[in-house]
Amino acid sequence: MTEIQIVSSDLLGEVLSSAMKSGGSFAEIFVEDRRSTSAVLDDGLVEELNNGRDRGAGIRVVSGETTGFAHTADLSAAGLHKAAEAASSAARSNSESFVEIDLSNEIIPNISEIEILPKEVQKSAKVALLKSADESVRGAGLPITQVAARYGDSHRVLQIANSEGLLTGDRQIRSSFSVSCVAAGDAGMQTGRESVGQTVGFELFEDIDVNEVARKAAERAVTKLDSVPAPSGEMPVVVGPGGGGVLFHEACGHGLEADLIEKSASVFAGKQGELVAAPDVTLVDDGTMVGEWGRFAIDDEGNPASKNVLIKDGVLTDYMWDWQRARKHGRVSSGNGRRQSYRHLPMVRMTNTFLEGGNEDPQEIIEDTEYGIYVAQLGGGQVNTATGDFVFGMTEAYLIENGKLAAPIRDGNLIGNGPQVLLDIDAIAGDFAMGSPGTCGKDGQGVPVGDGTPTLRVKRLTVGGTAT
Amino acid sequence: MSTELIEIAELVTSWSDSDEQIEAVVTSDRETEVRAYEGEIESLTVAESQGIGVRVVKDGRQGFAYAGTLEENELLEVLSEARDNASFASPDEFSGLAEPDGVECVSLEVYSDGVDSISTSKKIDYALELEKLTLATDKRISGIESSEYTDVVSESAIATSTGIRASSKESGCSLMVYTLAEEKGETQTGFGFSIGRSPEELDMEKAANDASDRATRMLGSTKPKSERLTVVLDPWVSAQFLQIVGSTLSAEMVLKGRSLFTDRLGEKVASPIISLVDDPTNPRAFTATETDGEGLATRRNVLIENGELKMFLHNVWTARKAASTSTGSAIRSYASTPGVGIQAVSLRPGGRDPVDLIAGIDNGILIQSVTGLHSGVNPVSGDFSTGAEGLRISDGELSEPLREFTIGSTIQKMLKDVSEVGNDLEWLPMNSAGSTLVINELTVSGA
Repeated sequence: MTEIQIVSSDLLGEVLSSAMKSGGSFAEIFVEDRRSTSAVLDDGLVEELNNGRDRGAGIRVVSGETTGFAHTADLSAAGLHKAAEAASSAARSNSESFVEIDLSNEIIPNISEIEILPKEVQKSAKVALLKSADESVRGAGLPITQVAARYGDSHRVLQIANSEGLLTGDRQIRSSFSVSCVAAGDAGMQTGRESVGQTVGFELFEDIDVNEVARKAAERAVTKLDSVPAPSGEMPVVVGPGGGGVLFHEACGHGLEADLIEKSASVFAGKQGELVAAPDVTLVDDGTMVGEWGRFAIDDEGNPASKNVLIKDGVLTDYMWDWQRARKHGRVSSGNGRRQSYRHLPMVRMTNTFLEGGNEDPQEIIEDTEYGIYVAQLGGGQVNTATGDFVFGMTEAYLIENGKLAAPIRDGNLIGNGPQVLLDIDAIAGDFAMGSPGTCGKDGQGVPVGDGTPTLRVKRLTVGGTAT
Repeated sequence: MSTELIEIAELVTSWSDSDEQIEAVVTSDRETEVRAYEGEIESLTVAESQGIGVRVVKDGRQGFAYAGTLEENELLEVLSEARDNASFASPDEFSGLAEPDGVECVSLEVYSDGVDSISTSKKIDYALELEKLTLATDKRISGIESSEYTDVVSESAIATSTGIRASSKESGCSLMVYTLAEEKGETQTGFGFSIGRSPEELDMEKAANDASDRATRMLGSTKPKSERLTVVLDPWVSAQFLQIVGSTLSAEMVLKGRSLFTDRLGEKVASPIISLVDDPTNPRAFTATETDGEGLATRRNVLIENGELKMFLHNVWTARKAASTSTGSAIRSYASTPGVGIQAVSLRPGGRDPVDLIAGIDNGILIQSVTGLHSGVNPVSGDFSTGAEGLRISDGELSEPLREFTIGSTIQKMLKDVSEVGNDLEWLPMNSAGSTLVINELTVSGA
């Protein structure tokens, strides 16, 4: 595993010793070397290829309840010692001490196997995917007026050492592809988007056909040309397979993060062991899911990813934990300590969050719905964890009339209250699917997350349309 | 440091061959962030970061690369990646870097040494005091989620082989507090902030009181019924809507067939009381800047005047493609190529006080916060619906708090439905200013 050595273990040990000198109780160094490539085709032209490199280290020193943090792009001994000194300045202890850090026991985690490293693929092959997607849509005889396609890959190597003797590392490789289309009709323009992304290398494009991605985006836009204004008010909402992950991510995922629980900034604080959802709801956060967008071998504090059951048969079983909250509660981290980059402090974050499948037939769930809406694709969302109120966007949705899918409806938001929505889930089908790759934002930091759900129905949600 | 950054940018552009154009953008930031929690320092972050982005144009093909470091061997690698990337792009006759256009920069005072001259312990005190002050505002304030002081000094420079040279240095600092209010088992949240170029401009009491007020006023809130009615947007909310309206007025959106205002220049697109200006030369805007992302002087651009659409915003590429001139509206970071967008938009204020505007409404809602604006707005079709919170307006008076509802319309319709612009104008920590707006009709979706 020479690949995960960015800085020598000897130097890491020396830097940790110097970080602990002014009396901290814990010190950690997080070293990251990230290379990324993106290529964009828009308006028929390959506009640009962009290569980026970000390399540096973040050092934190904990003393009591206080964390000092500094980061640097200078990975020389001098640069790291300077950052260690800055981070330790917040630890306001008077006693100087020397702590020897033993990093002889390196832990090699279960690093994802990659078949084709993106950096070893010709740029022309990446550009060819864009052109193919563009041409396949433009040649399909659809009323599509604009196509934008984006290819992206990232190669993130990290190395983590701390004063408790941990030395470990990971290599995380992600590949993604997305297409956005504009369709034009008599009533104006509509948009459609489809994206795929996995924690794999260029072999992603052996499994998925970019022309199929483009076709889905185009169909979404074209379908919406006939859309009617969304209804307004409370009604049953059926969410299609793979589509509902954002709903759970917002309705309760964030509210189950231990940092928010600890500050009483979540409606789910103090609810462990209680029935918080309909009895057939089982919600899991699983960083180990091979290939998924939120997958990693170790989190950004060096703890192995794990599969954590958050809600089991409607009962809240556990929260998600990072090192700091876990330490305070005398337990181990659940592998949910993540950060956007070496420039950020870690905090509790989701990985791949999903609702387990149920027994019902998806078609019957729709047939059993007299009037409501069916959401095939959700957009982003947002939640206030302290009140539980959350919104999420719908980017492909239809009316349900007399148990049948009817007219497509225009884009908009839905709003609900997390604890209420969990109790209002009255049907879960067996057609589980993972959704689109997402970027979860919290406190200014974005991290890749995955989600999934089978078809499900919430018996009452407020649809924020304009039709009355 | 500024001189050093421009020297680095010039060094990179000096490596250009005769048949290529090179642009280098170099940035350096220093920041401090202090978070207080329950009377202790929760975290103290002290950080410096640098970055460089290099754009190469050769035979009409553009390539780009960036790195988060300014080490000299990395500069060569970034340039070589950008050159290599250019060879894979499609040729585009409109590609090319900015050239000096003779427009003089307005001189702006956006750096103050206040941030550099106060000690870290003073910064820590700000965060601790803010928490204490906020807790003391109201007995229903049950906790503080976070109380922060942050500051940043940013320097940047840009040089091109086509003769562009510009550099800047700016400072900023802020106080930010998030509160929890509790009564009868119900929790509500609020936030308050104060921003400035220098710590002495910060108003801690305002931050504390706003956060407390935002949280406590929502206690006892209920969900309104669905109906169409008059809605008033407060400055915090209207500023966010102006950002969205502004995003539809980029020439890039127009040229690529994604703007709902395509072919509408010279037409009435908004109520006659709407005049929208993007003016990054206005020193009151926290996003004020002397030069844009391509090194051209920024300027005052009147986008909508008395309801009539006057112009779109351009960078160098959109200007060439549209046979027009750049409006100094290139926006970017060191890690991206220039886009086009608003930098500091505001509405021309109206003549009446917000209180008088509310006094004239029999039945309506004052919207004080919106959520999910990004997931709920489609800037291409114009459809929007967003989560909202606010206060009922009954017979000209503010009454009970309302939450868990959405407001919806289309961007096109809402611009025409604005019946009043207040005489207030507040610059906020975003690229827009807010004014109180009365919208004749929006759809409220609730119970």
